[in-house]
Amino acid sequence: MSPARDQQSPVAPPSRGGGGMRLRGLIRKEFYQILRDPSSIAIAFLLPIVLLLIFGYGVSLDAEHVPIALVVEQPSADTASFTSGFHRSRYFEPVYLRDLREAEAALLDRRVSAIVHLRADFARRLRQTGGAPVQVIVNGVDANTGQLILGYVQGVWQKWLQRQALDRGDALALPVRLEARVWFNSELRSRNFLVPGLIAIIMTLIGALLTALVMAREWERGTMEALLVTPVTMREVLVGKLVPYFLLGTGGMALSVAMGTWLFGVPLRGSLWVLFAAASLFLLAALGMGLLISTVTKNQFVAGQVAILATFLPAFILSGFIFDIGSMPAVVQGITHVLAARYFVAILQTVFLAGNVWSVVLPNALALAGMAAFFLGVSRRKLRKRLE
Amino acid sequence: MFRRIRALTVKEFLALLKDQRSRMVVFIPPILQLLVFGYAATFDLNRIPFAVYNEDAGQAARELVARFAASPHFRPVATLRQEAEITPLVDAKRVLLVLHIGPTFSRELLGGRSGPVQVIVDGRNSNTAAILLNYVNTIVAAFDTDWQQRAGGPAALAHLETRAWFNPNLLSRWFIVPGIVGLLTLVVTTLVTALSVAREREQGTFDQLLVTPFRPGEILLGKALPGFLIGFFEASLIILIAVFWFQVPLRGSLLTLYVGLFCFVLSTVGMGLMISSLAVTQQQGLLGAFLFLVPSILLSGFATPIANMPAWVQQITYLNPMRYFLVILRGVFLQGTPFDLLVGQFWPMAIIGFVNLGLAGYLFRHRLY
Repeated sequence: MSPARDQQSPVAPPSRGGGGMRLRGLIRKEFYQILRDPSSIAIAFLLPIVLLLIFGYGVSLDAEHVPIALVVEQPSADTASFTSGFHRSRYFEPVYLRDLREAEAALLDRRVSAIVHLRADFARRLRQTGGAPVQVIVNGVDANTGQLILGYVQGVWQKWLQRQALDRGDALALPVRLEARVWFNSELRSRNFLVPGLIAIIMTLIGALLTALVMAREWERGTMEALLVTPVTMREVLVGKLVPYFLLGTGGMALSVAMGTWLFGVPLRGSLWVLFAAASLFLLAALGMGLLISTVTKNQFVAGQVAILATFLPAFILSGFIFDIGSMPAVVQGITHVLAARYFVAILQTVFLAGNVWSVVLPNALALAGMAAFFLGVSRRKLRKRLE
Repeated sequence: MFRRIRALTVKEFLALLKDQRSRMVVFIPPILQLLVFGYAATFDLNRIPFAVYNEDAGQAARELVARFAASPHFRPVATLRQEAEITPLVDAKRVLLVLHIGPTFSRELLGGRSGPVQVIVDGRNSNTAAILLNYVNTIVAAFDTDWQQRAGGPAALAHLETRAWFNPNLLSRWFIVPGIVGLLTLVVTTLVTALSVAREREQGTFDQLLVTPFRPGEILLGKALPGFLIGFFEASLIILIAVFWFQVPLRGSLLTLYVGLFCFVLSTVGMGLMISSLAVTQQQGLLGAFLFLVPSILLSGFATPIANMPAWVQQITYLNPMRYFLVILRGVFLQGTPFDLLVGQFWPMAIIGFVNLGLAGYLFRHRLY
């Protein structure tokens, strides 16, 4: 085959109507294929429902009711006033243990996550200069939770200090009166940031999974060769593959947004139009990546493996969905820039929680558009009407 | 019988490894991903950009600002002159934190009263916000203590002496990297097995296999062994990198770790083969692999603790082999947990593995399509 036929064939210039008809035919064929093997529909609709239900209800980073061991060697009015703070806090579920050894055993097999130890001389040393030491031990295996627990313990301790100062009539509780305000998510509900991020993960999966196998399947089954001998141009093949899956993906997106806002009560402060415009760009990039994988590998097995490796884990870990990108080393931050999910997560979290902030939306949307153009362009170039 | 199983295993290995791209896909990405994720997956915040809006010219305010700027967690990027500048900065994510000190702060402090300080935090990522507020509280508490001591006021009645066991600096990398060992082993074994039967079904060679004198059990072993060996090999490689590259302490015994690994790989290979023998096309196999992989990672306690999940979701996690393996990994790596305390984690994985392998063997002959 000459490369010339690869382009819009000059040999037999097809009429516009003919091209449109061929394209319609291809799209219809692809739709039939989707309907015949419903696993594509399952990817577009079942996957979002299952994942959103699990995530929306199941996953939370907010540590509450942390089991904590209180070891009070000599109970007194002072120790009681100190420990009462742990009972009042919604973060803790305190249990009293007799001595430190028992508490350490409980910490080892993770029945408790932390120990607060008041020594026998607590009451006496309270009244001496230097004050009484309170020993706090956390299980550091889960470092993040450990960090949060230490923060909560500090909060209980500070409140107790303030109460003591008030009781004694001291005006000065603490020099700094800290007033913390959390914008966009004042109750720090982790669901509010996990659900928008999850939509990005779901769309990554949908986009790449739907298309990763479709080109490779045609090559593997030999139907690609049948296509090659028809007057169909490669651009039509590409568009024919893109349109049906784009519609499926948009359906999945609509479903996810509906579930996120109605079922999980995540506020949608920006406009729906911005959200769907961004989603369309992202979907083009994701589908383009899937098509590229499929076109390059020409083998469903390898394409499937690449799709698993290149989509889910990177989108999960490197997109800013859970882990803060700004805290990663510079090299890794550089790597995150080649992930479409990163830009989409930023747009989603902003549009859902903050509103249409153009200074966030526009640069990220631009990056998505660039990636979509790149993937589709490279797929188009790699897709030659030629046998190897 | 051994000869036949060996022949089948060799054939599976050939199918998997003869294609250079397939070979690359199985071995290179997991190593790369470990290196990248090992650095990326951390909850510790470094050099968080923040802005200062200080309306107070006094010395106390300057000192408080200096303490924030000196912290490795924070990095000052802007000094604001008026309140209206705050919103665009936060909206555009240029800063995650704004420290706002009122005009009377130093005067109040010198007069022995409380001075107002406002912090504004970007809550779009609520976990980052919570950790950030923790850092802020720690810095402010240290400032309070020092100020009170210098002012000659009464020292605090009690102070906290905090220690973290097993991970004294509370590095989240020590928590995450052992988790990645489990994560990548899961992905690799699923990847190798989930498409293997589906591919033969789609290409029609599975029917040929079924009419040979092989018994289903032998076919099953032949299909399972490659996934098993590759999973073992890669997990060992990843453990080496975790210990020698990321310097995560390995305090327990290797034997315990490998018994855990054995049970885990057994369960994931079983899952993979079950999915694969249920699927008729590779597309279905791939979908099945994802429907298994994604929940088992999200509900494993890898990034979000199981203890924070509602009770009914915690019940579901008992079906997830990854959940048990993560307990083993973190226990053996960081706590040096002995074998007998982990028995409760071994057998559920083994059961999940055997049940699924049995189902897969049954489906070989009984799946109609």
